[in-house]
Amino acid sequence: MYRYTDFDAGFVAERNCQFRAQVERRIDGSLTEDEFKPLRLMNGLYLQLHAYMLRVAIPYGTLNSGQMRQLAYIAERWDKGYGHFTTRQNIQFNWPELRDVPDILDALAEVEMHAIQTSGNTIRNVTADHFAGAAADEVADPRPVAELIRQWSTDHPEFQFLPRKFKVAVTGSPEDRAVTAAHDIGLRIVETAEGGIAYRVLVGGGLGRTPMIGKVLHDALPEADLLPYLEAVVSVWNLLGRRDNKYKSRIKITVHEHGIDEIRRLVEERFAETRTAFTGIDQEMLAAIRSQFAPPAFEQASTGAFEAAYERDPVFRAWADANLAAHRAPGYAIAQISLKAHGETPGDASAAQMRVMADIAERFGHDELRISHEQNVVLPHLRKDDLPEIHAILREHRLATANIGKISDIIACPGMDYCALATARSIPIAQEIATRFDALKTEADIGDLKIKISGCINACGHHHVGHIGILGLDRAGVENYQITLGGDQGPDATLGSRTGPGFSADEIVPAIERIVDAYLDLREDRNETFLETYRRLGMAPFKAALYDKAEEARANAA
Amino acid sequence: MPRAFTPKVVTGNALLEGDVIYLTEADGWSRDLAEAEVLDDEAVAQLRLLDAQSRPGEVVGAYLADVSPGANGPEPTHFREDFRRTGPSNYSHGKQEQRSGTEFS
Ligand code: HEM
Ligand code: SF4
Repeated sequence: MYRYTDFDAGFVAERNCQFRAQVERRIDGSLTEDEFKPLRLMNGLYLQLHAYMLRVAIPYGTLNSGQMRQLAYIAERWDKGYGHFTTRQNIQFNWPELRDVPDILDALAEVEMHAIQTSGNTIRNVTADHFAGAAADEVADPRPVAELIRQWSTDHPEFQFLPRKFKVAVTGSPEDRAVTAAHDIGLRIVETAEGGIAYRVLVGGGLGRTPMIGKVLHDALPEADLLPYLEAVVSVWNLLGRRDNKYKSRIKITVHEHGIDEIRRLVEERFAETRTAFTGIDQEMLAAIRSQFAPPAFEQASTGAFEAAYERDPVFRAWADANLAAHRAPGYAIAQISLKAHGETPGDASAAQMRVMADIAERFGHDELRISHEQNVVLPHLRKDDLPEIHAILREHRLATANIGKISDIIACPGMDYCALATARSIPIAQEIATRFDALKTEADIGDLKIKISGCINACGHHHVGHIGILGLDRAGVENYQITLGGDQGPDATLGSRTGPGFSADEIVPAIERIVDAYLDLREDRNETFLETYRRLGMAPFKAALYDKAEEARANAA
Repeated sequence: MPRAFTPKVVTGNALLEGDVIYLTEADGWSRDLAEAEVLDDEAVAQLRLLDAQSRPGEVVGAYLADVSPGANGPEPTHFREDFRRTGPSNYSHGKQEQRSGTEFS
């Protein structure tokens, strides 16, 4: 794992010291809110509906047990005993008080964490595949390069006042668990014909108000060119990007307005200049960073105990089937801890749960944890034979829900329960859907189905790329929910299509149920997933199920 | 024809805690919407808002929110204001927690 250098530590300490003084000056009245707001946002501090909210960066979603314990401590000491993990692999604390925030930032710095560039028009926390360094299907670990990009972009003088925020995601696997096509820049590590690696660069993806899938800007960029090339891309957009209209400022619009070929031409032109400024230091840094991400020493592990438990214990078997993924080392597995117990808030973990996960990582998992963009926690390196014991510990703390990738593994943004920008709530809808399908006992039969919910068009809950997407809106002072179908976040990312008019808060869960019932009727067999059925049949039968029955019900009630 | 003015309260977030507060008739701040001053006159409402905004050491982001007068004081007319009055739906945190806890009982 990347460890801070003295430079990093000094930099963060100085920023915290500055911010402490700024908070004091706000409280004693020497700074107005207008002066203070940009300063607090530079340190990840928002003011939301009921309280301040602090967003803490978890670079590429990787953390160790000490860091997780510190998050638990912060949750308990200065918040309400829990934290919310987000689709950007960050954690948000929903209830800090202004006076305490400098202390929280210092507590974070103690474990090499911070909240810098978690807000504002800068290059945000770089996200990456949550199975990085562990997945069986991986070409190369994406984290060293994510860390390099973080170091390059943090406080980069040219990129502190961009037209808008800028998000970069990296995947090292053809499965693309980082949703690279929905980012301003998505990087996919690919193998070259010579057996080396290169980067497929996608640009102009993004969700929000005008969702777009990223386009390929470069098919196989050599590693040595990466930083100067990224610098060229951001620089071109920094000049061209629309500053006249906040809604047209993202690079996706720039790409759309100028066309990918013109953007490529401009980037190549700028790249010819930026390249000369990168004399190879970045490659030395990358090599040094890479050594810090060396994989742990995996043993020749036996799997007898795992197999015995798998045979004997149906609860363990269900969990193993849903929550484990293939590891690159024989005898090992990747485990996902679901933060989606039926009826709970998606992505929330209590301080006690954070400590349990930290303990497991330390005892069994080479001290590594990951936060997934799906708002779950990943233990990347576990010996299979330890899994029955780990599962038992998780069960004691309501962390063993066997629903990864299933209908109750819902992504939900905070929505109007916490977010000042929201137009409707998301959390209660997610809770009701999960509870409903748990009660129906159909979750296992339904199989893989991703529901994603956002509380406004900003799409923090990724609803556009949900197999079923739900968008909360305000229709004349009433919560209303619009459904999209057929979105997908995988390597061939697709945006969902709108079904038609939205549903009220009371109608939305039954509406989802009708869609799912239609799928169960329409699928060819148990192996055909919801998305496959949708792709085979299109929108029409689902639309009929959604609206015709609603019409019938209305007619019957009348 | 100008739109009829509907009753309002001045609300915002407390500077230190960040929680929702309402301007009272006595120029204080209350955490409880029921205690808020209801403003029926547009000119007075604008003045009260200016008053509130001139107290940046106490409140952040003051604005006028619609209410309808009820038997026990003003009631929110929009669901957003209702959630602000109550606290989040997923936990008994925020105002509902304070109300059931010692602070207000
Ligand atoms: C509660 C405080 C939050 C605020 C004020 C906020 C604000 C925003 C805004 C304004 C956008 C639209 C940006 C644009 O298109 O220009 C956005 C997009 C996004 N936010 Fe948030 N957000 C918040 C919380 C979250 C959370 C909790 C998550 C994760 C669960 C998240 C993840 C994202 C993602 C993934 C996008 C995607 C769209 C994109 O940029 O392409 N945000 N957010
Ligand atoms: S989608 Fe909207 S409601 Fe949800 S967190 Fe983002 S900004 Fe807030």
